[in-house]
Amino acid sequence: MTHLNELTIAAARDALRAGETSAVDLTMACLSAIDAGDWLNAFVHKTPEIALDMARAADARIKAGNAPDMCGIPLGIKDLFCTKGVESQAASNILKGFKPEYESTVTTQLFNAGAVMLGKLNMDEFAMGSSNETSCYGNAINPWKVDDRQLTPGGSSGGSAAAVAADLCLAATGTDTGGSIRQPAAFTGIVGIKPTYGRVSRWGVVAFASSLDQAGPMTKSVRDAAIMLGAMCGHDPKDSTSADLAVPDFEAALTGDIRGKKIGIPREYRMDGMPAEIAKLWDDGAAMLKDAGAEIVDISLPHTKYALPAYYVIAPAEASSNLARYDGVRYGHRANLKAGDGITEMYEKTRAEGFGYEVQRRIMVGTYVLSAGFYDAYYNRARRVRALIKRDFDNVFAAGVDAILTPATPSAAFGLGEMANADPVQMYLNDVFTVTVNLAGLPGISVPVGQDAQGLPLGLQLIGKPWDEAGLLNHAYVLEQAAGFVAKAEKWW
Amino acid sequence: MSIDIDTARKVAKLARIRVEEADLPALATELSGILGFMEQLNEVDVEGIEPMTSVTPQRLKRREDVVTDGNIQEQILKNAPDAREGFFAVPKVVE
Repeated sequence: MTHLNELTIAAARDALRAGETSAVDLTMACLSAIDAGDWLNAFVHKTPEIALDMARAADARIKAGNAPDMCGIPLGIKDLFCTKGVESQAASNILKGFKPEYESTVTTQLFNAGAVMLGKLNMDEFAMGSSNETSCYGNAINPWKVDDRQLTPGGSSGGSAAAVAADLCLAATGTDTGGSIRQPAAFTGIVGIKPTYGRVSRWGVVAFASSLDQAGPMTKSVRDAAIMLGAMCGHDPKDSTSADLAVPDFEAALTGDIRGKKIGIPREYRMDGMPAEIAKLWDDGAAMLKDAGAEIVDISLPHTKYALPAYYVIAPAEASSNLARYDGVRYGHRANLKAGDGITEMYEKTRAEGFGYEVQRRIMVGTYVLSAGFYDAYYNRARRVRALIKRDFDNVFAAGVDAILTPATPSAAFGLGEMANADPVQMYLNDVFTVTVNLAGLPGISVPVGQDAQGLPLGLQLIGKPWDEAGLLNHAYVLEQAAGFVAKAEKWW
Repeated sequence: MSIDIDTARKVAKLARIRVEEADLPALATELSGILGFMEQLNEVDVEGIEPMTSVTPQRLKRREDVVTDGNIQEQILKNAPDAREGFFAVPKVVE
């Protein structure tokens, strides 16, 4: 028998409409699963009272008829989203105790649609990390386990991925600056989509790198991603980069018909030393799309190699500017000062105590590349390379390619602590397949397609044309159906 | 381009993050490593390419230049580590 917390959004929606269950029952099942799942350290602020109030309201609304699809669906919310009156710390000690007086646009839209908030989810501090090991709350843990080791759920949306994969919630919000939705989705065998830059409002989402950040859903199926994305999208006057475009019915776009579509396989993504399992998964995915009637074409994205170094100039530069606001004056932590300490000591001590090491390092890299004398050599050069990376994609789409298929990650989930002594650049390589998509502002989705020899999930990424989330989701739906990935983490927690 | 200890100290100062003297050599080495990785960008021919300012070719929206909110002093100060008499309080700035 399926427990209520194991349902997909689509199944729960239909069961709620049919009167077979209630939002309160769904919510209670998730709250029990969350308490039993403390070991995973996915939920870092639980909000059971809020959840039950929202669930009761949702039940009334469903009873009255015409409730939106997300009505009564229990969700986890990444700690990066500001939620009114509820801790929103971006997993940082510098925001310890911060309770926003306002609600982010994304959560406002989800809650207006009747979705239920179960609590806030673990993540890397300020979304800077690929393993959820930089969090002030400690590591989130992957529910997948193959030996004695505890594995990372990926990052930065590691808590979101762990919570969805372990059925602590029906779905979760994530954010993605360089792969932070897609990599953890791949590491935990779930679906995660980063929409086109500007599709989802960034208002009320703690900023990391504003020209790259996008929020998106992390779900148990492609259909769920389509449903939840629809509720998150839309124009927001409070975000000047939010696109004033109509939001299509993404679920209706899941026709399963991709006959005649052109799928590009970028040769530059076949990196030296790519594990045979990843290469095979990629080939298998291409074969599945071909069997569905798509045409597979070899394409070239010549500047791929330069995406990571460009990203690791641009993202820290924007972060150093965005994170300047954490100064111990308006919110969060302020250091205890010695007699005679002035305002500069207050800033310096507050930021040294409040920011974790990875965040400090990135702020300093950003500060350096923006400093006088280096701005042109690093920051402007990286922005010019970024323009070339985007042009590579523009050229491919102009040549008639509908979507691009790549691996989502260079490996399956690795053990927590295994990268502790590695060079920071080694950790950055996790983003090698995903970061190009943020630089080009494109939509990208990670779909679970297979398992490695140990049984850990592996995902493929599909990249779509700007604003074509509908087409992209349909391609992902075909891949999902063909792959038939149904494995779940065996419960050990 | 490698970062020496003086440069690391200067960067920490500009970033307003206190770094102890003893930690500067390790920081300098790490920053050098990361910047070394970025050196690859010098291989790219960027002649005639404008630095990207916006990833989507959209004109930013304009709105009337009017006050759209305000009178929320209490909410603004609510999360302040030190707020007094309707103001943010900070250590003495002017001698």
